[in-house]
Amino acid sequence: MNTAMKISTVARHLREGGRSVFRNGWMSFASASAISISLFILGVFLLLTFNINQWARDVENQVEISIFLELDATPEQINLLHTEIAALEEVSKVRFIPKDEGLELLKERIGEDGALLLEGFEGDENPLPDAFTVEVYEPRQVSAAAEKILELDRKRGEPLIWRINYGQGTIEMLFKITDVIRIVGIALVAGLAFTAMFLIANTIKLTIVARRREIGIMKLVGATNSFIRWPFFIEGALLGLIGSVIPVVVLLAGYDQLVKASRLEMTVLLIRMIPVSEVAPKVAGLLIGIGLLIGVWGSLISIRKFLKV
Amino acid sequence: MIEMQDVWKTYPDGTHALRGITVTINRNEFVYIVGPSGAGKSTFMKLIYREERPTKGQLFVNGFNLEKLRQRKIPYLRRNIGVVFQDYRLLPRMTAAENVAFAMEVIEAPRKLIKKRTMEVLELVGLKDRADAYPNQMSGGEQQRVAIARAIVNNPSVIIADEPTGNLDPETSWGIMRLLEEINFRGTTIVMATHNREIVNTMRKRVIAIEKGVIVRDEVRGEYGYED
Repeated sequence: MNTAMKISTVARHLREGGRSVFRNGWMSFASASAISISLFILGVFLLLTFNINQWARDVENQVEISIFLELDATPEQINLLHTEIAALEEVSKVRFIPKDEGLELLKERIGEDGALLLEGFEGDENPLPDAFTVEVYEPRQVSAAAEKILELDRKRGEPLIWRINYGQGTIEMLFKITDVIRIVGIALVAGLAFTAMFLIANTIKLTIVARRREIGIMKLVGATNSFIRWPFFIEGALLGLIGSVIPVVVLLAGYDQLVKASRLEMTVLLIRMIPVSEVAPKVAGLLIGIGLLIGVWGSLISIRKFLKV
Repeated sequence: MIEMQDVWKTYPDGTHALRGITVTINRNEFVYIVGPSGAGKSTFMKLIYREERPTKGQLFVNGFNLEKLRQRKIPYLRRNIGVVFQDYRLLPRMTAAENVAFAMEVIEAPRKLIKKRTMEVLELVGLKDRADAYPNQMSGGEQQRVAIARAIVNNPSVIIADEPTGNLDPETSWGIMRLLEEINFRGTTIVMATHNREIVNTMRKRVIAIEKGVIVRDEVRGEYGYED
């Protein structure tokens, strides 16, 4: 392959590779199907993972630290704490919520009926403490940031913070679940890809056995190994391509239907499914890429031994 | 052109196929390799187009030092050597013309040249009107002519023919021999292993006799010398 290949040669390799896909009819069908099935399952996993990740990200982004202050904190102390928290590297945003605003927020949250209950607690009667809400850059840093804030407060000797809340435990659990899903998905997909690869290798081997004589003659008349290799390469790539385009089409069409049909139910559950237009390039790119890789790899392992002679 | 210096070939099973062959074959020569079956004739031929490697000794072909020739360079050696076998070795799914053109496709010759040259050599071997026939539609003699056309299509400097008339009747054999002689006249070296006593004794050329892996006789315009 050290010299540029002529166009007629490229055409010849494509023709030969394509021909042998047809010539090996059933084996080609079997290996393309094997790739299809593996990639289909991989695709389902991808879509699942993308959506879970999206959902996890949504949840993570809602994660914030609520800090409730002691009732006797003075405005100076509060100001100082505000600057100290804002200076932490993990922290992206700090917002002070004076108790009056806190009451308004509470009223909003419990709705009209509940608001009546809170009547008469305005002004000096307000039992709520002043508070901060703190947002962090990285959702995973939330517990570390909370820890640092507490540390700051403890150093002061006379603690200002009455209570700190960031969904302790729940967050960690969520991260663990998404990690497990990712790992299981990768393992499953790797196993399937491996199987598909061997099926392809077998198909190509069949071609090679059928064309053993032909290859021998090619070598006698001075064909280089790469000249002999290319058609098999293309055969593998074609099988990979056929095997990946089918599941991509089926998956994306199915997913589109699912998104349309379930929009209402999912919105109620506060889960936002990623629209097809957003996942399509990723899923198609990944599946077709992996399909081609499996195909080419499969053909490589089956010719390598053979060409040594 | 072809030069062997004390060449030995021992197969992995311990058979000593060649035991110290020293010989020079010059440009434009026509050489018969004769000898009993299993004497090492085929091994001798295989060494030349590098299907086998010598166990010991020096071997030069067309300026290639086969001792040092890298695996990757073998195709380039073979592009200058045409090979013809007793069993023709044509590709069954291809027509006569396609079989010949194939040898040119392999070396990535321009398409136009392939067409022109294929017809040229088919005409030379007398098969112009059989260009579109498949091997199974041709007689043995015709198939061997196609094989010879394929061997010469890339203008090699040597033709290695391993019993090219072995499967043919006497009359057809003579046709093939006249063709090889014609090719030789045009400047191609021919090395031909044969058991055909009549041919060797009639069309007199240099004869190298190999027995038990050793050259026992090397004569210009020699005789077959065996009782079949």
